[in-house]
Parts: sequence; structure tokens; C-alpha cells
Amino acid sequence: MTPSSSERTPQATRYNTVAMVLHWLLALVILAMFGIGIYMTDLPFSPQRLKLYNWHKWAGVTFLALTLLRLVWRMTHRPPALPVAVTRTMPGWQHRAYHATHHLMYLLFFAVPLVGWAYSSAAGFPVVWFGQIPLPDLLPVNKEVAELIKPLHKLLALALMALVGLHIAAAIKHQWVDRDGLLSRMLPGRG
Amino acid sequence: MNTRHVASALLVASLAAIALPAAAQQKLLPAQSSIAFEIKQMGVPVQGHFKKFDAQVNFAATKLTSSKVNFTVDIASTTLGAPEMDSELPKATWFNTAKFPQAQFTSSGFKALGGGKYEVTGKLAIKGQSRDVTVPLTMTQAGATTTASGVLPIKRLAFKIGEGDWADTSMVADDVQVKFKLALSGIPKLP
Repeated sequence: MTPSSSERTPQATRYNTVAMVLHWLLALVILAMFGIGIYMTDLPFSPQRLKLYNWHKWAGVTFLALTLLRLVWRMTHRPPALPVAVTRTMPGWQHRAYHATHHLMYLLFFAVPLVGWAYSSAAGFPVVWFGQIPLPDLLPVNKEVAELIKPLHKLLALALMALVGLHIAAAIKHQWVDRDGLLSRMLPGRG
Repeated sequence: MNTRHVASALLVASLAAIALPAAAQQKLLPAQSSIAFEIKQMGVPVQGHFKKFDAQVNFAATKLTSSKVNFTVDIASTTLGAPEMDSELPKATWFNTAKFPQAQFTSSGFKALGGGKYEVTGKLAIKGQSRDVTVPLTMTQAGATTTASGVLPIKRLAFKIGEGDWADTSMVADDVQVKFKLALSGIPKLP
């Protein structure tokens, strides 16, 4: 964020603090989980593998809970509308893509962890949150079902990462190509 | 063959039939028996069981001092229900199955606690480590079958099950619950 961008739009409405904290916190969690998820599946049977699998599951359930909180917050606290400066120059397809990306991301924020949890249940490994709180099984133990679900978790996670990539690319374009200060809506600072 | 011979042959046969049950060998009925165990991996309960085991039993509730049980478990038959874990179990870190193919329990004394409950003291040897244990069990009889069941809590590290990195009890808990249900034939009537 450059000072000029916020000066240019002095009354730009920002996301509120809770929305910003959840956005950036979950952004970190999602990238960490994706990295761990890709890395851990190739590890040989070891304490390290067991540790990472459990961390991945704990983080996934935490992500799910915070996403639910985030959705409730979003539905009860209207997000700022796109600045007129942005909508004026935005082609129709970009506007549609903007809505589609956000809706699909929210859908996958729920689907990816839920499918992962269901896989863990079906595989016979109930999720015990932080090693302390046993969570209910989403599916009964069934190895064949588990094998069917496993690639789905990966596929959905890859789809989510593609959307996250698109989201980041769009943010970068607005910030450094269009220079319209759109990113400042999600950044703390003078408001 | 005259009638007298037939009569004496029948007499001998019936005497044998009466005498045999008393001296009948007490036998384990594997199909109706099970030995399962539960371990905890980072708080997650994991169930396993042994598929092959056998016992030499000589038990009489009225003759506890001469009662004896010698129990063997075929360690290679251990399963946790997940192939990626089962392939690790025979390794030296875990059971070292090649060197210690059998686990053994040899009783040294029986104590009646009343109400079909008994305490069996003896030596449990797994992976070359022999430890004194007291096995609590409950015996019930239905028809010709006697069922002895109970739970024996053991410490896996006392038997060096899980060495090196795997000795870390924050990854795999030290406590293991061994749950057994043994169906036996030929046990004299319980009081």
C-alpha cells in the first residue's frame, strides 16, 4: 500500500478489523495447510509423518470453525462495496469472475476440510482436536469409501489453491497494474 | 462275537465315554476368541488385534493351585487394520518379529475373587522382555463353553515396543489396553 493510494480514496470503506484478522489469519493457515498436505503424504512412516498428519487435521478443523465464524460475521456485517473508481473501469466478465471466485472459495473453505475429516473418519482414524477433544466421525469406518474420498480431498484442495492463486493475482493486478488502491480495503492502516 | 463279548465291549466303551470327559483336554476355541488392543497416537485411539494365538489350559475352579495356563500369541499375525502401519510392525523398532516371533504368558498362580472373577499372576514375555503381570479376568459358562474375558493394561516401553524416535510417548502413548475374550472347552463346572 502506498500513501498516495489511500489519499486518492480518503473515504474508501475498509473491511472491519474482525474481517481483516480472519482474512489474513486464514490466508496463512490455508497456505501452511496446503504445503503440509502436499509434503506429508510423501513421507515414510515416521513420527514426523504422524505429527504432520495430526497437525494438518487440527489446523483443518480450526480452519473450518473460523470459516463458519467468518461467514456468520460477513452475513451480519455487510462488506464494503467495490469503490466506484473500480467498478467504472471493470469489464462485466471481471465483475462476474469476482463474485464467482469468492462464492466458490467459500464453498471450498467448507468442502475441503469436511471431505478431509470424512476421509479420516472412514479410514478409521477419528479426529481428536489438538489431541484432546475427540470429534464425531462424519462417516462410519469403511476402507473402500475412504479410498474413494481420498482423491476428492486432494482435488478440491487443488481447486481451492487455483482460486486462491487467481484471487492473489487479481489483488496484485489492482495494486500494481491498475493502482486503484483496492487492496487497502483489506489492509490495516489509516482509515 | 457272542453276546457276552458284545456286552463287555459296550461296557468298556461306555466306561471310556464316562472317564474321558473328566480327563478331556481343555482347549481354546480360536473362532470364538479374540485378543484386541488399543493404543493412542497423539490422542487418537487406534485398534489392533492378533489373528493367531493358542493356549494350553488346565483349569479347575476347585483346584486353583494346580491350575495352569500357557498362552502364546503369533506376533506376525498382529494387525492395526492399515497396511501402511502393519508393514512397519515386524521391524526391529516395533516387534522385531523375525527374532521374537511369539509373545508368551505363563501363569504362576490363580486367585478367586468371587463372582466368577479371578486374578492370574504370571510372566508376560514380549520381544524378549519378561515382566510380572496380574491379569484380571471374568469367567462365564454357557453349555460346554467357558469364556474368560478381561482387560490387561500394559506399558509398551516395558517391552521395548517402539524404540528410537518411536519411544516418544507424546506420539504414541505408553499405555496399551489389551482386551481379551477366550472361549475354552472342557473346563470343569464353575462353582
